[in-house]
Amino acid sequence: MTLAASRDGYGAALLELADDDRIVVLEADLGKSTKSCLFRAEYPNRTFSMGIAEQNMMLVAAGMASTGKIPFASTFAIFTERGFEQVRNGIARPNLKVHLCGSHGGIHTGTDGSSAQSIEDLAIYRTLPNMTVMHPCDDLSTKALTKALVEHANPSYTRTARNKTKRIYSEVQAESLEIGKFSIIREGEDVAILACGVMVSEAIDAADKLASEGVKATVVDVHTIKPFDHESMTSLAIKCGAIVSAEDHSIIGGLGGAVAESLAANHPTPLEQVGVQDVFGMSGQPDELMEHFGLTMSDIVDAAHKAVARRTT
Amino acid sequence: MTAAEPTCEQRTVEDLELIAKDCRREIVRMVKRANAGHPGGSLSVIDLLVGLYGNTLRVTTENPTHPDRDRVILSKGHASPAMYSALHAFGFIEEADLHTYRVFNGVCQGHVDSKWTPGVDFSGGSLGMGLSFGLGIALSGKMDEKNHFTWVILGDGECQEGEIWEAAMATIHHKVENLTVIVDVNGIQNDDFVDQQMVMGDLAAKWAAFGWKIKEIDGHDMAEICAAINWSKEAVGPCVIMARTTKGKGVSFMENNPSFHGKAPNDEEFEQAMEELA
Ligand SMILES: Cc1ncc(C[n+]2csc(CCOP(=O)(O)OP(=O)(O)O)c2C)c(N)n1
Repeated sequence: MTLAASRDGYGAALLELADDDRIVVLEADLGKSTKSCLFRAEYPNRTFSMGIAEQNMMLVAAGMASTGKIPFASTFAIFTERGFEQVRNGIARPNLKVHLCGSHGGIHTGTDGSSAQSIEDLAIYRTLPNMTVMHPCDDLSTKALTKALVEHANPSYTRTARNKTKRIYSEVQAESLEIGKFSIIREGEDVAILACGVMVSEAIDAADKLASEGVKATVVDVHTIKPFDHESMTSLAIKCGAIVSAEDHSIIGGLGGAVAESLAANHPTPLEQVGVQDVFGMSGQPDELMEHFGLTMSDIVDAAHKAVARRTT
Repeated sequence: MTAAEPTCEQRTVEDLELIAKDCRREIVRMVKRANAGHPGGSLSVIDLLVGLYGNTLRVTTENPTHPDRDRVILSKGHASPAMYSALHAFGFIEEADLHTYRVFNGVCQGHVDSKWTPGVDFSGGSLGMGLSFGLGIALSGKMDEKNHFTWVILGDGECQEGEIWEAAMATIHHKVENLTVIVDVNGIQNDDFVDQQMVMGDLAAKWAAFGWKIKEIDGHDMAEICAAINWSKEAVGPCVIMARTTKGKGVSFMENNPSFHGKAPNDEEFEQAMEELA
């Protein structure tokens, strides 16, 4: 088992993309943290320090995109939100292909505490027309999906995580992921667990536990929250009849929100949400916090049993 | 009904210097125990905080939320170990609380947080917000004819945030005088030296151009700090104290070293730091 942090995949992707000289990188005094520093070290002439000034960074990136550059701009997930309206009006509205990366997302970020733990980024960026929203689960999938953005027709926001979790994919598997398509990691017909980010490895462990209890679970890595893969969602709802969403994010408006909207519109099915229950985080070690906020493998197992008990088919 | 107006128990410069030294040790201990946090900017700002609490700030441990108290807004909220060590030195929190820095459910959160720590008036962690918040307090004080005073401590890197200048303009526009800004000019931010990240030119001249009165001081000279604080209270018009400081001050290998912005010392380094701060 390899441990890795998804933010490392972002830095690795920038380096692999560097031959394309349209690629430019913007940072806001957190390049060492988001890992754009890897690109800076090799390509200082295409790396722009914007200082601690996130709002400005958004429109500078937009201006660059308007001339045909492909800007990748990063800071902590939470501090991208400082420039939310800039993203809305300056990037999403004119559909300029700026790719934002917000690292250190979620409660899992740990001891920095609530000011740094964005639990709302997926929700707010998802509300913007034209915007693609991703939250990959490991370094290799982050690398592959970030590289795929070069050919993508829209601006995007990708959340990465600070801390290491289990690597889920091999390099080859990761390369086969497609933006906007569910990645089914394992199949089972009793319940479908849809997870993103650091919760994917928890979901896999939960499926093992459930199997030992006689419940067969499908596990999906929803690396792309938007555009949402409604078609796959509907087939899973039909097949399993019980759904669990699991995210290191508020239960309002993120992955669980997207799942709920999709199910309500296409195939109403019992859904149990594992996520942050509309409260702010606090300082602590990632494991302690995940337990306190109900974001562990066993919380997913409990939710799965509840969802199965509510099944009507 | 509220109690009598809070007062400040004034200490001598020599006492304050000793207190600051104790605080420096506590800062390094906190960061070491947590194996995370921000030693550099805490060691650069600690003399300023001790000067404020021990020379001027009218706020008491019996009633740290008294409506007429003076406020200190640590806008660069990552320097929380400095704030916690000062709050401990002046009796607002216990020594045991210092052991909860960055610990699950602890009184001392990673970034200063008014919800968690007695004596903390502002929840920081996101740079650029403190001056606006301080301005709100100052405007309320003016409206209600209170005589409380607000000090806002900013980082020099933090001054890259646009909101700082929005607030700087608004403070002048609203003729606010019961507020002083202190900039901890240590020349380093997160990734690198300030001039590498964003050339800021003559920062004092920028504040002056916005209409603020300026005093430049050595931010580690306690007598100068106290004098500047007193000057800013008496002066007409909002003042900025530009405090020239050294990031990591007091620990040789942290001094002026960008890599100790947000990193704990290892065991060996910790021992050395403790020797140097003895
Ligand atoms: C809005 C925002 N962007 C980025 C950060 C991440 N960050 C924390 S400290 C820091 C550098 C601060 O530099 P400075 O203000 O000079 O503080 P000091 O050197 O005194 O520690 C950065 C970029 C943040 N806390 N808030």
